[in-house]
Amino acid sequence: MRKRSAKPPLALPCRPVKPAPFEYHAPATTADALAVLAEHGDEAKPLAGGQSLVPMLALRLTRFGHLVDLNRVPELAGIERHNGTVTVGTMTRQADLERSPDAAAVPLLGLATPLIGHFQIRNRGTVGGSIAHADPAGELPAVVLTLDAQLDIASASGTRTVSASEFFEGTWTTVVGDDELLTAVHFPVWADGAGFAVDEVARRLGDFALVGVVCGVELDGSSKVTRAAIGLLGMGGTPLRAAAAEQALVGTAPTDDELTEIGRLAVADLDPPADIHASTEYRSSVGAHVVKRALRTALERAGG
Amino acid sequence: MAELPVTMSVNGERHRHIVEPRKTLADYLREDCALTGTHLGCEHGVCGACTVMLDGVAVRSCLMFAVQAEGAEVTTVEGLAKNGELTPVQEAFREEHGLQCGFCTPGFVVSVHAFLEDNPRPSRDEIVEALSGNLCRCTGYQGIIRAVERAATTMGGAT
Repeated sequence: MRKRSAKPPLALPCRPVKPAPFEYHAPATTADALAVLAEHGDEAKPLAGGQSLVPMLALRLTRFGHLVDLNRVPELAGIERHNGTVTVGTMTRQADLERSPDAAAVPLLGLATPLIGHFQIRNRGTVGGSIAHADPAGELPAVVLTLDAQLDIASASGTRTVSASEFFEGTWTTVVGDDELLTAVHFPVWADGAGFAVDEVARRLGDFALVGVVCGVELDGSSKVTRAAIGLLGMGGTPLRAAAAEQALVGTAPTDDELTEIGRLAVADLDPPADIHASTEYRSSVGAHVVKRALRTALERAGG
Repeated sequence: MAELPVTMSVNGERHRHIVEPRKTLADYLREDCALTGTHLGCEHGVCGACTVMLDGVAVRSCLMFAVQAEGAEVTTVEGLAKNGELTPVQEAFREEHGLQCGFCTPGFVVSVHAFLEDNPRPSRDEIVEALSGNLCRCTGYQGIIRAVERAATTMGGAT
């Protein structure tokens, strides 16, 4: 008699949602952090708020031999305003930025930050972490680009300052080298009376935006636009500036129809990504509307 | 990789263990402190079931490592009720059917405690926004929203 073979054990692969092992460093100063980065190069990764890095580690999308925790480096956090600039230390929590009276001089920070994740995420997530992570749908990277912020990047051999236009290279990629650290971001303060707006379309509150816009305008006495900056998020591998739309806007006091045109112009040359949530066409179409809506809000706030 | 000692206060009690650096705070609370009230749903920061208070603010305990909480004060859902009495938030969740299976409840309860401390007189829109960081697959959220409204009233912040 043939024996029935025993049932095979359940072949569930053991896939714990856990990071690969790493050595943990908790320096107390920027210099010490940079020394660890200099020693281990691409084997080491700075750990800021961890709200993006830890999931990526847990899902094993990435792994590092060394994590350099910046949470015990007090000198990397803080917000200062002087001479037309608001400087934000890289380890400033997003929740602190949201509430900072000094940061209020750069209204886009206060408008964009509440759209980052959820309050529990912003309690831990940092300004520099979000910018250096460079998610194409990130709000703060778009603010950095739109305001032409300057970014301080330090290494053991010194500090360099780069412009926002040179900072973002691609999805999750910036000019910050393996042995370098983004230490602070300088946001320019615009003239009194400037108007700003942030608008985005996400599937739920706190989700990654499918499409988003951050913008600012300054007007002259006759409500004509003298300065315009329009940044898009979720529309490419990096945040993008809508330069043609900015140029079209300057010198006009746009009517509603003209704003519709400027919205179309802002997305005209783009080839936004398609994913399960939104097609390329959808992102372009919605993007044009969101640009118009955000500009209208910014113009109203500027007294236009 | 070298294991490290970590000392923190959890619900007012001092805990000291030797852990792997890659162990999340959530796993540490559940496995080393045997506080299994903190639940793990997605383990990558989306669902909010693992929310705890870290030095007075609500955070995802799955998105930080236990070693990072060295010297910190952590409050889990087990640490909210005092002397066996439910807090107004917990009471309100029960009264308003703010839970069904209960899996997400610890995360909601901790988040709502933090939210009402910050904003004792929230509008309905603010409540909905504040709850957006926690997922519930049973209730459809309406009972939870009512529970937050009731808790705010009970706690004396009602409009």
